[in-house]
Amino acid sequence: MNAAPVPHEIHAQLSGVTRTYPTVPGAGAKMPVHALGPIDLDLLRGEFFAVVGPSGCGKSTFLEVLAGLQQPTAGAVTFEGKPVGGQVPEGIGVVFQEDASFPWLTVWDNVAFGLRRSGVAAPELRRRVEDAIAFVGLKDFARAYPSQLSGGMRQRVCIARTLVLQPRLILLDEPFGALDAQTRLLMGDEVLRLWRRTGATVLLITHALDEAAMLADRVGAMSARPGRFIEIIATGWPRGRDSTIVGEAAFGEITGRLWERLRGESLKALGHAAVPAMAAE
Amino acid sequence: MTRIGLIRLLVVAALIGALELACRSGLIDHRVIIAPSQMASALWTLLASGALDADIARTLGMIGLVIALSIVLGFAAGIAIHALPRLRRALDPFFATYYAVPVFIFYPVLIAIFGLSVMPIVLIGVATAIVAMIIATLNGLDRVPRVLGKVARVHRLGRFATALQLQLPAAAPYLFTGIKLAVSYGFIAVIAAEFILSPAGLGRDIADAYADFNNRRMYALILFLLVVATLVNAILHGLDMRFAARRSGDRS
Repeated sequence: MNAAPVPHEIHAQLSGVTRTYPTVPGAGAKMPVHALGPIDLDLLRGEFFAVVGPSGCGKSTFLEVLAGLQQPTAGAVTFEGKPVGGQVPEGIGVVFQEDASFPWLTVWDNVAFGLRRSGVAAPELRRRVEDAIAFVGLKDFARAYPSQLSGGMRQRVCIARTLVLQPRLILLDEPFGALDAQTRLLMGDEVLRLWRRTGATVLLITHALDEAAMLADRVGAMSARPGRFIEIIATGWPRGRDSTIVGEAAFGEITGRLWERLRGESLKALGHAAVPAMAAE
Repeated sequence: MTRIGLIRLLVVAALIGALELACRSGLIDHRVIIAPSQMASALWTLLASGALDADIARTLGMIGLVIALSIVLGFAAGIAIHALPRLRRALDPFFATYYAVPVFIFYPVLIAIFGLSVMPIVLIGVATAIVAMIIATLNGLDRVPRVLGKVARVHRLGRFATALQLQLPAAAPYLFTGIKLAVSYGFIAVIAAEFILSPAGLGRDIADAYADFNNRRMYALILFLLVVATLVNAILHGLDMRFAARRSGDRS
């Protein structure tokens, strides 16, 4: 669980990845939609990589292709040197934007779900589940049902359910999208703690520039659809960072630079022509 | 007992008391309805004599069989239809109008085919109850959050494990509605079929007692069925409330 990251070792790789959907769901005409790519990206072992981009740019598609939940139309995805395709490889954990907790199970049973399937011995299972629950701060709620928890706590249940399986690559698909700004900052601290403790590679999809700038070692800014990286910005934060860095000047610079790159793309996504920053004034 | 439960019990007790008074005072002719206490007394005598044992076993056994078949086959059919969207689109109008058609009109046909036996009653019972279970299964599966399908794939669950461990519990509240309806329809269909034409069973007993002007026996049998149906529904309601409380967060 405390594996030290090996610097600059490629952990997951996307080469020339594109994703085209054959039809627009609900549209009359059968028009193929080019949703993603081409994408070329090397995820380094142990790094924290965030992806930001305008709504509908293909961020979640990117994550699902990387996870093996979707097949790329073209290109190749590898995880730990092995091709990803058809199914989610062992060692990858995903936390989704939607509440994916199981309402019919207690917090304890939610977290134990994956371990029970993997045939882990009972004492080891108990230790790991209790450890994961304690890590996400839900020790006092282990016997509660998700309906008795807040949205943030339910998301922590899902994080614990992922964490307990000790994934080496953790994919977070806008996990705090439904939370208020203060809770998101605190959850960000928890994710950083998780990242440091596990030594896992983390990929975070988010629409919040400040969240990406605060959490990640590198932030990939994605264009409007079809999503591709228009710039990858290294933040240069120390590994021991937390949410207090939002007060630093460098944080404002990174966020500003991200917005500079994404403003035109966001306008495109909204259906407007790209305009210079001051043109409206 | 909750305050609401107490009020409910008082209302029922008041109605039974009023009926008792009306019968005892002669306001209601005893040839029409006998007093509830006389119904209970007649039922007790019948049960103690053992004269009803065979009919109780036959009727409740058939109701149980109808309910079990409707739930199992309805659930399986619901899963299959849900997996085949074109078939579902084709069948949707039939499901929407199914209960507008009196299925019982086919009972004589089934008797003509299978004879006066258990088979026509079971078939008419299943035909009455199964569609409620199919519709409930389809509704339940429609409401399983799509993200659970992704979670299943992340945990590398197969199709069967996904259905059993995620889809089934996620759809359970809707399935439970189907089960409750299947139980109600099972009771109604079996008793009604026995009442119309059957060689034996509680429904047949009620019809015979009615034809013989044997009010004590008829009302005793009706009371027995009311008590059994109420008990079964109370148990199902209790389970439903328990599961609903877990999901809604109300653990009081």
